[in-house]
Amino acid sequence: MRYSILSLLGNALRSHRRWPAAWRNPQPKEAYDVVIVGGGGHGLATAYYLAAEHGIKRVAVLEKGWIGGGNTGRNTTIIRSNYLQDQSAHLYEHSLRLYENLSSTLNFNIMLSQRGVLNLAHNEHDLRELSRRVHAIRLNGIDSQILTPDQIKAMVPIINTSPDVRYPVLGASLQRRGGVARHDAVAWGFARAADALGVDIIQNCEVTGIRRGDEGVEGVETTRGYIQANKVGVVVAGHASVLAQMAGFRLPVESHALQALVSEPIKPIHDTVVMSNAVHVYVSQSDKGELVIGAGIDGYNSYAQRGSFRVIEEQMGALLELFPIFSRLKMLRHWAGIVDICPDASPIISKTPVRHLYFNCGWGTGGFKATPGSGHVFAHTIARDEPHPLNAAFNLDRFTGGALVDEHGAAAVAH
Amino acid sequence: MLLIRCPWCGPRDESEFHCGGEAHIVRPLSPDDLSDEQWADYLFMRSNPKGAHRERWYHEAGCRRWFNIERDTLTHEILRIYRIGEAAEDKKRAKAKGKGA
Ligand SMILES: Cc1cc2nc3c(=O)[nH]c(=O)nc-3n(C[C@H](O)[C@H](O)[C@H](O)COP(=O)(O)OP(=O)(O)OC[C@H]3O[C@@H](n4cnc5c(N)ncnc54)[C@H](O)[C@@H]3O)c2cc1C
Ligand SMILES: [Zn+2]
Repeated sequence: MRYSILSLLGNALRSHRRWPAAWRNPQPKEAYDVVIVGGGGHGLATAYYLAAEHGIKRVAVLEKGWIGGGNTGRNTTIIRSNYLQDQSAHLYEHSLRLYENLSSTLNFNIMLSQRGVLNLAHNEHDLRELSRRVHAIRLNGIDSQILTPDQIKAMVPIINTSPDVRYPVLGASLQRRGGVARHDAVAWGFARAADALGVDIIQNCEVTGIRRGDEGVEGVETTRGYIQANKVGVVVAGHASVLAQMAGFRLPVESHALQALVSEPIKPIHDTVVMSNAVHVYVSQSDKGELVIGAGIDGYNSYAQRGSFRVIEEQMGALLELFPIFSRLKMLRHWAGIVDICPDASPIISKTPVRHLYFNCGWGTGGFKATPGSGHVFAHTIARDEPHPLNAAFNLDRFTGGALVDEHGAAAVAH
Repeated sequence: MLLIRCPWCGPRDESEFHCGGEAHIVRPLSPDDLSDEQWADYLFMRSNPKGAHRERWYHEAGCRRWFNIERDTLTHEILRIYRIGEAAEDKKRAKAKGKGA
């Protein structure tokens, strides 16, 4: 069924009781051309582009829980492409461009809102670093500009630009095309579009082993039986090391909890996104009126999907430093996701030591913005057995060769 | 929130500590002989287990000494705390395992 104003009206007249399911709930088949492990946004996008652009129709996505229940449904939905290094800038910009048309591509409203993203500077060094970044980003043809404190105040009247604070706001970079989108909708939109092209989305199916022979990968053991596969793409975020162990190698990745929280809903007061790497917080306001607040990772390895209160405490301190007006807000919900941190804060989208086994991981604190682009180039990597030019630099071999893509400046705080 | 028993100072709040990552990664004895793969393995590859993990901790806001913790990364339960230089394997537990206990 195509979603449109007419389908909406028709279903409204039937009290919204007859909407058909957006995707099937199939039994796993014995064999597939490609099995994707992990039904987050990146896995679902990969499956969609495999079917839509490479004509591979026997594709399954295996998800141990429910689709979008991992980091895809836990992130703070900030989207931007203002990365320093050329390789990253091109990859994230590719993704942002796909996002700009995604609602019509998928016939599913992902509620993209390009409300601008500001990154604050709090000292002379921050300011210089910021202008270096802005110029590098513009050289890559990506929109980016610098704001003075007065311009920041005009855009975000509730921010404290007083010079008498510990971390005064001295300037900001702004990417106007940055913003937010509805995270669940991105997962559901890709799932529905992939399903329509024949992809089997199989939930409650955990991969427990990867079978390999002389020719490479042969299939996966799952809680719902063995499934044969010509190729396997693993996109499991915080669980990447666990799956790599099943295949017999190690990754340069460590899993950490990343926490976020939302406040009680209030009237519209904050219509852009403000991030500060120095005081370690970022905040936007959702369509429901909740402030969505994030910060940095918890310092120790974890698979627990919960973190320590002290991180929340620091994050709240930073929030109030920037926005004293929020001091009496109550916080409503708080949660964590397990993110896969890479030494150079860049992702791995790559072939592996095992033939026909591919990994897409290491997105850490910032992969939501990359969902469509990541799926697009990963599908290419799997279908052609060679990387797309946009992800060639993000291979696993860079840790041996030394060509790291250092994005610590862009990714020091979660985003 | 972790309550960590520093081997020197006793139980203290997690906020006094800094986690230094996976323990027992030994610096290569003859770096000149290492291949690129061996360097990559030493510098970047991590075991990152879901379960028992041995890691180094630093009592930053206390005695400023390093020690090791074995901790379950899924439950956050602290399984063992031992000093730098002590054996990674807990002899008592290893024995118990050997007996099938
Ligand atoms: C609190 C928080 C805030 C964030 N904020 C932002 C932000 O503002 N902007 C941004 O760009 N990024 C942000 N991120 C990062 C972003 O969420 C992730 O990088 C991105 O969503 C990763 O998508 P994914 O599809 O790879 O992973 P996931 O959505 O985690 O999907 C992986 C899936 O694999 C499944 N899986 C795991 N093991 C198995 C198995 N053995 N068998 C089958 N399935 C398995 C999991 O259940 C999961 O559903 C944030 C993350 C968190 C936690
Ligand atoms: Zn101490």
